[in-house]
Amino acid sequence: MSLETFIQQLANGVSLGSLYALIAIGYTMVYGILRLINFAHSDIFMVGAYFAFFLITVFHLPWLLSAVLAIALTACVGMAIDRIAYRPVRNAPRISALITAVGVSFFLENLGLVTVGARPKPFERPELMARVVRIGPAAISGVSIWVPILSVGLVAILLYVVYRTRLGMAMRSVATDIDTTRLMGVNVDTVISYTFAIGSALAAAGGIMWACKYPQINPLMGIYPGWKAFTAAVIGGIGNITGAMIGGFLIGLIEIMAVAVFPALSGYRDGIIFGLLLVFLLVRPTGILGETLKEKV
Amino acid sequence: METGRDIVLELDHLTIKFGGLVAVNDFSLRIEKGELVGLIGPNGAGKTTVFNIVTGQYEPTQGSVLLEGKDITGWRPHLIAAAGIARTFQNVRLFTGLTVLDNVLVSQHLRLKSHFLSAALCLPSYSNEEQRARANAMELLERLELVPYARELAGNLPYGQQRRLEIARALATCPKLLLLDEPAAGMNPEETARLMRFICKIRDEFDLTIFLIEHDMKLVMGICERIRVIDYGISIAEGAPDEIKKDPRVIAAYLGEGGE
Repeated sequence: MSLETFIQQLANGVSLGSLYALIAIGYTMVYGILRLINFAHSDIFMVGAYFAFFLITVFHLPWLLSAVLAIALTACVGMAIDRIAYRPVRNAPRISALITAVGVSFFLENLGLVTVGARPKPFERPELMARVVRIGPAAISGVSIWVPILSVGLVAILLYVVYRTRLGMAMRSVATDIDTTRLMGVNVDTVISYTFAIGSALAAAGGIMWACKYPQINPLMGIYPGWKAFTAAVIGGIGNITGAMIGGFLIGLIEIMAVAVFPALSGYRDGIIFGLLLVFLLVRPTGILGETLKEKV
Repeated sequence: METGRDIVLELDHLTIKFGGLVAVNDFSLRIEKGELVGLIGPNGAGKTTVFNIVTGQYEPTQGSVLLEGKDITGWRPHLIAAAGIARTFQNVRLFTGLTVLDNVLVSQHLRLKSHFLSAALCLPSYSNEEQRARANAMELLERLELVPYARELAGNLPYGQQRRLEIARALATCPKLLLLDEPAAGMNPEETARLMRFICKIRDEFDLTIFLIEHDMKLVMGICERIRVIDYGISIAEGAPDEIKKDPRVIAAYLGEGGE
């Protein structure tokens, strides 16, 4: 592989990985707090991209404003899903919540198919993202530069919230022991609600950037990125934010590099990732940074 | 109507059933301000269940819980905590991944008025409050002699200090009533003696009413002014420590009916 291709593929892998990381964080945060795999998360990602699409094309808002509004709206959708679908089954057996999550996922996908149609829509990306940048011998698209930068910025904000603010402290205490947190006078439902808001906002940001990278959107666009981000969260150690980031970058790089080094495998790029998930589940089910879960009494 | 002087907690005919099992049956109790009341009984008698009802984790099938005359039956746990009831657990349940200081700060949510959102955005109103909360928390740690550990992770503390921190965390909610569930569990006699002095000290210093469950008879008999005994969810005796020691029903419950 020439240096030029290598740099290009590296940038490609890093930007893809940073998107996986953003989505994976949403899975891992909700799991950390509720021990729930939020299967609807991949569709929230899609909803975010559509909000941006409509704000740009129908309401003719500036691109950046549309993106910000879309992220805020998606955060509200995330909170609404928690309120309407998950809160009523919070004290039910865990499997009920899991099935509810699958249901919400199908609901959002099919709602999308019915309302906006199955036909992919072209997503307009800002000039900055489309511009080609030269790094050494390689020509790299602006998307591959900006997506990792923006993602890292968002993650930095997230880490600040989780480790330096009162909300973050409440989130960490809920993750350790939800009942005791209640006894400390914390309204746990509010904390969970904000967790969904934050996770969904990150998914929306991911969705919009994904649409900049692959500028066509459709109601099922979330499925594969969602599954791979879920894989990233598991590989990193589910429940662990840093782990989700590591997992995301790892998955992105492996996916791109495997195909770059062995072009013959290009048909198997999804298979490679899911194979990796299986290997991890067999060999190290707690993931890279995960701790062994103590079953709560 | 009786004019009970400053009744802090009143449990009125509490009954809770789990399916066919009656875990607590027609349990009534009044605790006056400043009292130190013990709840004892054999394993599985329903002691912790009583605590779980008082703190709102369980909703009683029948009966009511009154805090200073206000009916709080069926309130959600975080509201009961805000109303002034705090507890510790039989097996220490700290936020092990948080620092000692943060463990105490979690409950400062109660007193901080500013919203999560203004907290996340770091508005000035928030940072002032936050500083006050930290100062409060440090003061509390100082009173409980936990300052040297403030920055350590709670999970890394020695067991005795973890117990102390759990009490500190409960006190941080500014309770009127403190429920201690087996505070001496896992302690040696010397630690238990220190704990007894500690419990009496915090009651006076923090102007508390204390209701505790304990298996260590030395502790219960040593510090409680009044003891209630339950067995199979039913109250079988109440009185001062000396009376309880001699009560035949209590002896029977603990040692089994003497078959002669």
